[in-house]
This record gives sequence, C-alpha cells and structure tokens, in this order.
Amino acid sequence: MTEIYIARSPAIASRMLGGEMMVMSAVDSTFFTLNSVASVIWQAADGHTPLSEIVARHVCNEFEIDPETALLDAERFVTELSTHGILLLSERPFSNSSAAPTEAA
Amino acid sequence: MSLMQEMSQRALDLGVPMSVHFDVTYRCNERCVHCYLDHDDHGELTTAEIKRVLDELADAGTFFLTFSGGEVLMRRDFFELLEYARHLLFSVRIKTNAVMIREPEARHMVALGVDQVQVSIYSHRPEIHDAITKLPGSLRRSVEAIRFLTEQGLKVVIANVLMTANMRDHAGVQALARELGVQYTLDPTITPKMDGDTSILNLRIPGAELGAVFHNKNLVGDVEQFCAPPPPPDEDVMEGYPCSAGHTLAYISPYGDVFPCVQFPLPSGNVRRQRFIDIWRNSSQLNEVRSIRAKDLPVCSTCSHVGTCTRCPGLAYMEGSMRGPSTADCEKSFHRTGILSANMLRKQRVTDEARSSPPGPLIQIQSAVA
Repeated sequence: MTEIYIARSPAIASRMLGGEMMVMSAVDSTFFTLNSVASVIWQAADGHTPLSEIVARHVCNEFEIDPETALLDAERFVTELSTHGILLLSERPFSNSSAAPTEAA
Repeated sequence: MSLMQEMSQRALDLGVPMSVHFDVTYRCNERCVHCYLDHDDHGELTTAEIKRVLDELADAGTFFLTFSGGEVLMRRDFFELLEYARHLLFSVRIKTNAVMIREPEARHMVALGVDQVQVSIYSHRPEIHDAITKLPGSLRRSVEAIRFLTEQGLKVVIANVLMTANMRDHAGVQALARELGVQYTLDPTITPKMDGDTSILNLRIPGAELGAVFHNKNLVGDVEQFCAPPPPPDEDVMEGYPCSAGHTLAYISPYGDVFPCVQFPLPSGNVRRQRFIDIWRNSSQLNEVRSIRAKDLPVCSTCSHVGTCTRCPGLAYMEGSMRGPSTADCEKSFHRTGILSANMLRKQRVTDEARSSPPGPLIQIQSAVA
C-alpha cells in the first residue's frame, strides 16, 4: 500500500476556536473550519508521519473509530483539503525547510 | 449566516479576541493633513517585546492580525515581525501608504503569506494626493507599489478617505482601482486626534456631499436598499452590541497600550506591565464596554436608526460618553435616509426653545431681604 504524507501549506493561517480549527488560505482567502477529528489530523500533519500512522495513533485511539473506516474518511478529507491548496500530499516525506517533498534517497 | 459570521459569533460567545489591530509605530514618512496621530517616537515596543505580545495573542486565540501605523515600514525590523507573526499562523493584513514598497518588499510579503495589503490613496490626481500627504511624489510611489504587489499576486485594497480636499475625486480613485485590478473602499470618517484635538474635524466633508456619496450607486450599490428608512428595532437589536470593539477586537499601540479599538482611546492596560490575556479578561474598562447593550444608550435607544446606524462607541467616547451618540454617525444616518436622528431632534428642540424664550435680564439681582 502506498503511504500518504501530509503537510500544511505555508500559505495558510489557522487557529483553534472552541474545539474547531479555523483555517484560511492566504492565496484566495477561502475560510474553512475543521471538526475535532479533522483538527487532530490537521495538527498532526508534520510532513513526516504517514497518514495511516496519524489515523491509528490519534484518530482511532481518541475517537474510537474502526481503523479501516477512519483511514478511508481521512484520505477523503486530506484529498479535499489538498484540492483547496491548504494541505499538501506526497508519497514521500516532506523536507524540514519547506513543504516540498524530500528527494528520494 | 456565513461560516465567518458563525466563527465571529463563537468568538463573541467564548470571549476570544479574534481580531487585533497592532500599530507597530506612529512614525510616518507622510504628514497627512487629517491624521490623528503624533508621529514622534515616545518609546516604541522593542522587537523582543512585540514578539512576546504576538505569542500572547496567539495563545489568546487571535486569528486576524492587522499591522498598521504610522507607516509600518518605518520600523527596520518590520519583516522580522511579519515573519514571526506568520510563523504563529496569524492571518495578517497590512495597512500602509506603500511608498517604501518596491519589488523586493512585495516579493517578501507574498513569500510570507500576507493575506491583504491596504493602501491609502486620496486622489487620482498627484497635486491633490500629494498635498494631503505632504510628500511630493507619493501618489506615483504608492501606485507603483500597488503594481509590484499585484504582480506578485497579493490582494490589495485601496482605502480612499474622503475629506474636503478630495471629496470630488472618489470616482477617479475608483477608476484607478479598476485599472490596477484591486478592490476599492471609501471612508468619509475623519476622527479627532488621539490627544483630543478636534481641529481636524473641519476637514470632514459637508452634509450635502455626504448625501451625494450615499446616493451614488457606484459607491453603495443598491441605493434604494442602502438608503431605506430603518425598520422598527426589535428585541434582538435592543439587546445587541454596538460593534466588535472590546468584544472580539482589541487595539494595541506602539507603546503597548491596549484599547478596545483604534478609534476608541479608552486606556485599558499595557502589555509591558501585564499579559495581554489578563488585560483582555480583567480590565474594568473593557468589561464596561462589554456591558453596554443598545437598550442602555440613553439617546440612541430612543432613535429610529438604532438598528441600522453605524454608531461608533469610540467617537461617542471622544464626544464625552461611550453611551452617548456619535454626531458624525447621526449625520451619516440622516444623510443616508433623510430621517433625523433622536440626537439631532434633541439638539433641534434645544435650539428652538432657546430661540422662542424671551431674552432674560442682563443682570439677575436677588434681594437679600426676605
């Protein structure tokens, strides 16, 4: 199975408000709010941890959702955010200095 | 209700300072005739102090951060502060005259993910704009800067403050904004100086011109709707707040003073002495501002405009009472709808009574003998 790595775009603003994450794209000022489950994935989007691990470690444990359903939902969610340009997806981990994926070894 | 309105309501319910206007300096390279600031440096917050305050604002939940001044680029550390603010994931807007923005600065702002840059333009005619800013060549420089910013893909808004000197130039500035491909916003509000000096209020455009502005479809859109008589106020209106100042909005001066809003000079604390969140939560001044509902306004609660007026509590405060009317907004409501405000009717009655009463004796003598 191909892993997905996720990183927050550098061109966003975000802040937690009452248990939900507010996110705004600096590119087109589109405004989003993420529910508590989505907020957990968003906060864990460090560019290095595979999505499957984020789901297993943070989502399944904290919200008691079965792993298969949770991963499918998470994949749909990150794909949707990536179409708005606020989350970046890659099959390889991202470098530390930017949101660009690291070169393959 | 839009998503943004929902989040603003949530911030209000939770007491979160969602928006902060931070003037990082009062120094400026322009000397605008209507400016309410003193441009000397009386001990601005240092770079380290501002970074600490930004940390505190992020912890307090602030999302929208406006950097303004004075001219923000008069601070040599401005890009360091901007970078730090973006690192903390604020949505950053910048208010500037843009005179010091060239291509490298525009590139830097884009790279840092600035949301919007607002540039003050007073006229499309250099002789008018430059006479207001008292800086020769300033219109040319500001317009060049807008081009640099838009070429980099940044969202730019032209802010057109109207006063007597430029009151006929809004169409020209609007056309300039269209040509540059940027948004346009007009503001006919001239406020007293922060030290209370009201001499600049004589720059306000006269009522007839204000009426013409409010009935210009190019400026307000649907004139009939914009100028419609106010609907009778309901309970929601009377229980409502005048504006976001002190509720979800705070202002911080270059010296660390905290106020409810940039137009509301009610000193509420200083971030050099207290953490921002402690001022926000515990300041008696901010709590007083928050306690005021429309029904608590002695004159305005009786006014037919109470639900639609743009009444600024800060301007009211500068007139003498944060619960009183703001005359400038009474005039706006009147020139928009043709209906006198309760405050205007009250003043008219006082004047009529003074005219109708017989002149009193020049000297009043009371006999000491019973």
